Amino acid sequence: MSMTMTQKIIAAHCGKDTVIPGEIILANVDIVLGNDITAPVAINEFEKAGCNEVFDKEKIALVLDHFTPNKDIKAAEQCKKVREFAWKYGIVNFFDVGQAGVEHALLPEKGMVTAGDLVIGADSHTCTYGALGAFSTGVGSTDMAAAMASGKAWLRVPEAIRVILKGKFKPYVSGKDLILHIIGKIGVDGALYQSLEFVGEGVKNLTMDDRLCVCNMAIEAGGKNAVFPVDEVTLAFLKEKGAKTPKVYTADEDAKYVRTIEIDLSNINSTVSFPHLPENARTFDEIPNNMAIDQVVIGSCTNGRFSDFVTAAEIMKGKKVHPKVRCLIIPATQQIYLDCMHAGLFDIFIEAGCAVSTPTCGPCLGGHMGILAKGERCVSTTNRNFVGRMGHPESEVYLASPAVAAASAILGRIAQPSEL
Amino acid sequence: MILNGKALCYGDHVDTDVIIPARYLNTSDPKELASHCMEDIDKNFHKRMQPGDIIVAGNNFGCGSSREHAPLAIKTSGISCVIAKSFARIFYRNSINIGLPIVVSDLDIKDGDQLEVDLDNGVIKNLSQNTQDSFPPFSPFLQELIAGGGLMNALKEGKL
Ligand code: SF4
Repeated sequence: MSMTMTQKIIAAHCGKDTVIPGEIILANVDIVLGNDITAPVAINEFEKAGCNEVFDKEKIALVLDHFTPNKDIKAAEQCKKVREFAWKYGIVNFFDVGQAGVEHALLPEKGMVTAGDLVIGADSHTCTYGALGAFSTGVGSTDMAAAMASGKAWLRVPEAIRVILKGKFKPYVSGKDLILHIIGKIGVDGALYQSLEFVGEGVKNLTMDDRLCVCNMAIEAGGKNAVFPVDEVTLAFLKEKGAKTPKVYTADEDAKYVRTIEIDLSNINSTVSFPHLPENARTFDEIPNNMAIDQVVIGSCTNGRFSDFVTAAEIMKGKKVHPKVRCLIIPATQQIYLDCMHAGLFDIFIEAGCAVSTPTCGPCLGGHMGILAKGERCVSTTNRNFVGRMGHPESEVYLASPAVAAASAILGRIAQPSEL
Repeated sequence: MILNGKALCYGDHVDTDVIIPARYLNTSDPKELASHCMEDIDKNFHKRMQPGDIIVAGNNFGCGSSREHAPLAIKTSGISCVIAKSFARIFYRNSINIGLPIVVSDLDIKDGDQLEVDLDNGVIKNLSQNTQDSFPPFSPFLQELIAGGGLMNALKEGKL
């Protein structure tokens, strides 16, 4: 039977020649991931079940990124619990403050995921690693606990939506605009339980950072995973990061898709998702030019990578953040932080009046470091704009690319770079 | 198992950030989480709910984060079951893994209607409107998981 790329990776991880959509299988996982919010719940379950061994101490990743550096006593207790667990079981890939970064930026950077892997993580944006040609999906804490003990997870084999890309982005348009456009088109449950499989000659024009950003937000369309074919860009990235030897899977020519979407990248424009759902995507012809803002956040597992800051710095260079706006710059990992520093980007940001932070999820989930007051409006390069996501339930988050966020910070309203 | 309770109705795309806002995720204590359940979508949730009540929603219930704190907060609040037109996938698997009954149905239900859910036979009755709907059973793997008391029990029994 013909299979999609996702189905092939799943089949290879449950010892079957073929799998059928809808079938539930038990898969062997290559990496199981958790963070300072989800791991404590998993550790409780692990201990309650009387487990006293992990399946493989090299295949578990624990990243303290959400409320770190500890925002309060309770968060400190949660981190302590994870830390002690990591030490007790000798978890190799444990990342504490000082080495940590936002998990989905960190794992690819550390070369922990390679093409053909099957990854589960107790974090919904685990779907990010599809950019590397892996199957990777978010699960819950109990799944994480069971996988830490057994190395296994139950999965329902997904159907797939095929997205055929062609062409090339216009200047200042990036992966973020593409994925906001797609979510706007298919809706926040448009890919529910399904894979988003990207193909086509346009793929080669997407950088790895674009692909990571696109896959990151597959969950915002309800998707189980998203996946890109493995090409030269992927192989070069994996090699540079020292990842294991990639296993390349490609969809069968006659693989079945529930739907095919064709997108010409040259038709994509800067896109902003309005509150309170990522599907409320609008382009600038539909956005009033007087939408004053209070805060800008550039960071997160969606857009906190080096190229994102290069773009933002290019736009902000020699300019000042609008006097009524707070602009937060949060590199997603220590390495990105260093790269930004060495490239002189922090000089540009700080001279423009931005606050630069150590890596953390922080404001992305309304944790700390940039919480919004009632009625405040934020343009953010993060991935969710649900009610109360970044603070007060009556605050508003507008999702956008680093280019739009930077231009908005300068102009004090939702704006695109061409307006500068 | 037969569940009885009154319906508490919500719309489409109820996300995990309104079920349990991230500002409360600095704890994993189920009781504390439950005390903030549904706070950002329904301030009166705890005032108007009684143990055994049933949450009824539209499409894509539980979308967003993977936080298991969401079904945990709902279950610990005393909600007996969630009925929705569809569920987000991580919420769906989390509910099964922790033993919170969830049912897919688009039966017409109004806030405050008295409901009866027969999980074994797959029947929902709206006692207030005298209507009913059937829902398909879970797949055999999931039935076994649920009957065995969730994923960790399956692990303990060496089924993983
Ligand atoms: S940056 Fe935001 S979306 Fe990404 S892992 Fe952290 S909280 Fe989640």
